[in-house]
Amino acid sequence: MHVMSRVAAQTAFLLIGLFAGGAATGGEDAITLKDGDGRALVETNCVMCHSLDYIEMNSPFLDRKGWDASVNKMIKVMGAPVSPEEAQTIVDYLSSRYGK
Amino acid sequence: MLSRRRLLLATAGLWAGGARARPDVGPAALPEGTLSSSTYDTLPGKLPLIKKSFRPPNFETPARVLGEAFTPNEAFFVRYHLSSIPEVDPAAWRLAVGGEAAAGTLSLSLDVLRREFTPVEIAAVCQCSGNRRGLSNPHVPGVQWGHGAMGNARWRGVRLKEVLERAGVKSGAVEVAFDGTDSGVVDKTPDFVKSIPAWKALDENTLLAYEMNGEPLPHWHGAPLRLVVPGWTATYWIKHLARIEVLAQPLTGFWMNPAYRIPKGRFPIVDRFVSQENETTTPITEMVVNSLITNLRDRMLYRSRTPLFVRGIAWDGGYGIARVDVSTDGGRTWGTAELGEDFGRFSTRQWSFAFVPEPGDHVVMARATNRLGASQSFELVFNPAGYHNNVVHSVNIRCT
Repeated sequence: MHVMSRVAAQTAFLLIGLFAGGAATGGEDAITLKDGDGRALVETNCVMCHSLDYIEMNSPFLDRKGWDASVNKMIKVMGAPVSPEEAQTIVDYLSSRYGK
Repeated sequence: MLSRRRLLLATAGLWAGGARARPDVGPAALPEGTLSSSTYDTLPGKLPLIKKSFRPPNFETPARVLGEAFTPNEAFFVRYHLSSIPEVDPAAWRLAVGGEAAAGTLSLSLDVLRREFTPVEIAAVCQCSGNRRGLSNPHVPGVQWGHGAMGNARWRGVRLKEVLERAGVKSGAVEVAFDGTDSGVVDKTPDFVKSIPAWKALDENTLLAYEMNGEPLPHWHGAPLRLVVPGWTATYWIKHLARIEVLAQPLTGFWMNPAYRIPKGRFPIVDRFVSQENETTTPITEMVVNSLITNLRDRMLYRSRTPLFVRGIAWDGGYGIARVDVSTDGGRTWGTAELGEDFGRFSTRQWSFAFVPEPGDHVVMARATNRLGASQSFELVFNPAGYHNNVVHSVNIRCT
């Protein structure tokens, strides 16, 4: 399952690279997130619009409320197609692995 | 000679034993995760810069490079909100000008802009509103910039005013809006469209630039044409311009509100954006006066009892730098720095200050004052987006 999710994420990078007309993806496929429930969901959803280094960069100073606000902004403002259940899992993962 | 020797000394190692193997990716006050995830990486056509995020690309200029009078294009910081950044074919590209409060419409090629309008060049600082956000205390979410989300360049192009006047500006014009070709990946992501007040659009210093430091505008800096709003933060300097609209009503949308807002009345700002103000917040406008020590690195060893030069830059929202004061004892006493060549009121101003350090630890600080008498703060004026951080830069050095 873990391997599958990485493959899916890497396919996503590739497709985005093509659609973005060669926008730099640089070394982003080398980014590794911490293990934990929800990691696969983060890797397949968040990566649609941005590289995963945004997560570690914004750590470890956000508490659960802070991560919840960030995930909410991505869904409500930026239009990330993430269901409320998925959002909950993502917030759990981010606040336990990258929270304060 | 001296500065070369300093450079050699400066590479000798950190005073804490030189154990830090990582390259300098920014001040120690940045979030732990920012320091661990930052690397030096290279976008096509650029030098290795401090990578904050790969996609969209957010890359920071190392502070030592900012000490130069003009930041080389290859080392200039890169900031994007959205990940789809098409390369524009300059021959096929057209700029559309129109809008409800424009008398007519225009479709301008690059060739027409170059041939039919007066070329103008201005030296101006381009600084991200969130420069130094990573130094906010407490930390706030966003791109965790250190000191280098800024650069100084010579921007050449035409006056926006001249283009708008060719289209015709009606008396009801309130704001002028700008849209570039970059966009989000998901359809629902709000397009990055920004407006400035009509009076600012008609200011003779507001440019549509097609050259940067004497070269055609590079891709990462907005090829083929970008807006240049000297004195104002880079959120308004829209890249890859495709469409300009003269508006009869204030622009709405996420990027105007709630994004890029500062609390009202907390900063000493002259230029206001009245049509966008509400009871508590106002859009960020001009830059606050600021300075940076560029040649000394925190926690480095330097030689005592021989002159040591402190060098750096100062800048503001376009009033011009009047003076820079330097302290080498943590702010107890101050001396006046010598200012470098004046490239105009919108440019950074280089400065230098020499002192002969005694052996021991020294806290070196720089504080700029502009021609309005505004100066930098010692305490952070906290705001939720981490804007306008002009806290006096301070570097700890050890002299042996």
